[in-house]
Amino acid sequence: MTVATGSAIDRAFATARAEGRAALVGYLPAGFPSVPGAIDAVRAMVEAGVDVVEVGLPYSDPLMDGPQVQAAVESALAGGVRIADVFATVAAAAEAGAAALVMTYWNPVEAYGVDRFAAALAEAGGAGAITPDLIPDEAGPWLDATAAHGLDPVFLVAPSSTEARIASTVAVTRGFLYAASTMGVTGTRTAVDTVARQLVERVRPHTGLPVAVGLGISDGDQAAEVAAFADGVIVGSALVRCLLEAPDPRSGVAAVGRLAGELAEGVRRR
Amino acid sequence: MTVSEAVSGKLPDAMPEPVLPDAGGHFGPYGGRFVPEALVAALDELDEAYRGARADPAFTAELDRQLSTYAGRPTPLTDATRLGAEAGGARILLKREDLAHTGSHKINNALGQALLAKRMGKPRVIAETGAGQHGVATATVCALLGLECTVYMGEEDTVRQSLNVARMQLLGAEVRPVSSGSKTLKDATNEAMRDWVTNVERTHYVIGSVVGPHPFPSMVRDFQRVIGVEARAQVLDLVGRLPDVVVACVGGGSNAIGIFHPFLDDAEVALLGCEAGGDGVETGHHAAPLTAGTPGVLHGARSYLMQDEDGQTLPTTSISAGLDYPGVGPEHAWLRDAERARYRGVTDAEAMAALRTLAQTEGILCAIESAHAVAGALDWVRSAAVPAEDLVVLVNVSGRGDKDAATAARWFGLGQT
Repeated sequence: MTVATGSAIDRAFATARAEGRAALVGYLPAGFPSVPGAIDAVRAMVEAGVDVVEVGLPYSDPLMDGPQVQAAVESALAGGVRIADVFATVAAAAEAGAAALVMTYWNPVEAYGVDRFAAALAEAGGAGAITPDLIPDEAGPWLDATAAHGLDPVFLVAPSSTEARIASTVAVTRGFLYAASTMGVTGTRTAVDTVARQLVERVRPHTGLPVAVGLGISDGDQAAEVAAFADGVIVGSALVRCLLEAPDPRSGVAAVGRLAGELAEGVRRR
Repeated sequence: MTVSEAVSGKLPDAMPEPVLPDAGGHFGPYGGRFVPEALVAALDELDEAYRGARADPAFTAELDRQLSTYAGRPTPLTDATRLGAEAGGARILLKREDLAHTGSHKINNALGQALLAKRMGKPRVIAETGAGQHGVATATVCALLGLECTVYMGEEDTVRQSLNVARMQLLGAEVRPVSSGSKTLKDATNEAMRDWVTNVERTHYVIGSVVGPHPFPSMVRDFQRVIGVEARAQVLDLVGRLPDVVVACVGGGSNAIGIFHPFLDDAEVALLGCEAGGDGVETGHHAAPLTAGTPGVLHGARSYLMQDEDGQTLPTTSISAGLDYPGVGPEHAWLRDAERARYRGVTDAEAMAALRTLAQTEGILCAIESAHAVAGALDWVRSAAVPAEDLVVLVNVSGRGDKDAATAARWFGLGQT
């Protein structure tokens, strides 16, 4: 695997690997509780040890998301968040020292213009994008645009993916592979399924790409558990909940920092 | 032609070249699969099961039997002479899907998909519903076949269509109101998708229209195609020639594609789809994506939709819950671009006027959805270059209006003492 010459995402995973730990990937949507508030929260989680930041692009029909993320993005949209704000948040994450991606449903990319979106994301210092409702079968124009602008297209595999689909997905994925740990939508869960471990084991023979596990991880113990078999630990809803449940934006940012710190300790636990 | 021939017979009979959709479910640039990877295995399983079922005489015979002995097919064709007289003497023929069991065309698809769920060994069925007609049809076939049934319905729709909520509950279905987003059909669909991805192993999602990821648009079309196959034969039998125009209302577009499809190769037959014009397409308050939307991706497929410049779905406005949807089936998008079918908006006011005209000339109280088609047909006759008495117009009356009595009474200020 390329290290020195790779993307910011490659470097983040290589650094974590060199330190003998999993990388920590944190998700927060742009624009919640406000555009500057989300940027503060992103900075706090990077300072507390998040290696890779996924900036969510708020979308009106988030059909892969559970109640926490839905509530946050509905609020962000009601507050008038625009795609330009997403790129500004990406830029802040990159400046803070993280590898920054956008996490977006596909329609906003098409509406913005596929190549124009990739160009603007690269310009903002973004390293790639996760597209949860875009499967490689429909991704031709996106693969062209990400290649043209030096971005990593990150795709997902699920417990229900066949061997053939795992193979075709890893063939076009760059940066890392996103393994969805359970069947279902985003949200916090009390236990992370053994299904996740089995999925990572099934994926390994197909690729040397780092494999990160997401969906349902909410605390340091779960992060440690997943870090034992995956190259990356992805946390979203639990971080969003810190902002949702905070009495005011400042304590929300502090809560995000505390949870990110706990998760960063989790991925370093031996 | 029998009902089973309509669904199992060679589809290409009425298909333009090239045969659509392609293997990936594309109608030109539209359709496809824009879904989480977690659903792909289920969609593949469904596609395979459906293709197997269509080729299995036992399955098509059972569907045929249920459609005729349970759902009441074939539905009649009514020669609407008094309505025709209102329209300058045009021959208006009504395809009476309102007389199918449960009161709309939705039963055709619900039966087909529920039989398919049984065939796949899935004990649980979920559905989304707007006006409640698809929810009632799904709850009905689940009762018939012994399947668990959960129906997602926008909170706003549970209020404006409360009669149908009670019907679904009486039939043993669980109705889950959806309070996210706009609290209408679009959000009920999101919630049904979330349920499906979580419970996909034992659950089949009976999508109610020709929308969603492949294979839903073509599968639902095939189950609804029986409407047009029957109607085409009935019109030929009654008047000895094909109609000049076929008119249907379009929300997701299942009743429209069902009646249009067998006429696609009849170049002399115009096809007119009537979208919900709400307060008027020019006001921006409507649900007419084919008339005033742009191409984009929603609910698993690319088609026309109502969206802003960031790709956020726009709110819709229509007096009709069943048409109050920002997207439309991908095959309609393709027919629009190919100019094989024409689409227009019909306002709330035009639809309600047509509803009353039909009721008082023919004694048929149709659904508000279907009234959009009646209004479009009357207008088409008025603006035709040919004298009205030379025209034969086929209108799909997709459902009956009992559910809308309270809305209509409010609209016309009736029932007050």
